[in-house]
Amino acid sequence: MVDGKRNLEQFDLEALRRGDKGEFATLVDAYSGVIYRLALKMLHDPLDAEDILQETFVKTYRYLGDFDGRSSLSTWLYRIATNEALMFLRRRRFGQVSIDDPSDGEEQEAEPLQILDWCCIPEMELMSDEARSTMQQAIDTLPESLRTVFLLRDIEGLSTREVSQVLDLSEVAVKTRLSRARLRLRQHLTAYFGEKVVTQHTSPEGGV
Amino acid sequence: MEHLGCRNLLGSLSEFVDGTLEDELCAEIQRHMDGCDNCRIVVDSLRKTIYLYQVTKESAAVPEDVRERLYKRLDLDSFLENKEL
Repeated sequence: MVDGKRNLEQFDLEALRRGDKGEFATLVDAYSGVIYRLALKMLHDPLDAEDILQETFVKTYRYLGDFDGRSSLSTWLYRIATNEALMFLRRRRFGQVSIDDPSDGEEQEAEPLQILDWCCIPEMELMSDEARSTMQQAIDTLPESLRTVFLLRDIEGLSTREVSQVLDLSEVAVKTRLSRARLRLRQHLTAYFGEKVVTQHTSPEGGV
Repeated sequence: MEHLGCRNLLGSLSEFVDGTLEDELCAEIQRHMDGCDNCRIVVDSLRKTIYLYQVTKESAAVPEDVRERLYKRLDLDSFLENKEL
């Protein structure tokens, strides 16, 4: 299900394979929004995200004839887009040390857990501009291997199985990476919101 | 987390909040949380973290100029007006 638009599996696959432009235009409209959002989150740059968006659909059109239906069409689209974005990121930091190391998730388990109950903070404050920017920064600090899984699973809403197909990973690996990503994000948000709880607690008048 | 076992449960909490954990482990975590405030707080804040990211995500819309350039690149100019709503 993609934001109320036509379900991908309802597309006329035969027409798409034949290169039917009208059907392809409908596919583009149904999926360009989610692909663009994913590319923006992965690349942080509207122009780069637009490049990925265009490349994704250029390749989709070119290779539709080869689509074998082993995964769903939507998973296949996400796979093309994610690969484009990951290749772009690799080119961008060519010459730099790779941060795409699956072992990146290991050290957090040794880090002391942030334990502070911030769930009582009013929703308005949890969703303030400042909070949103903190949330974005938290995503940015994730290693790419964890961030990609988190974006596909929790932001784009793909299933564990779909993410495993998009990234060529086992389902166990997807779950492990998702778990690490979520726990890291929780740590960040607890550090941020926890401070607010403490401030409010120690200065009930609001403090100066 | 101070209690013995908390660290071991940590890796299962993500699946626990998704409700995809096997019944036995799920019950074990539930039992543990009844007596462990720290783990309860971690689970609550983990849930809230995921919730916040989901409710604040941007809508999946493509700006009109981006859409126009995409259509041109794909040689779909003649379909530019037929946006399915």
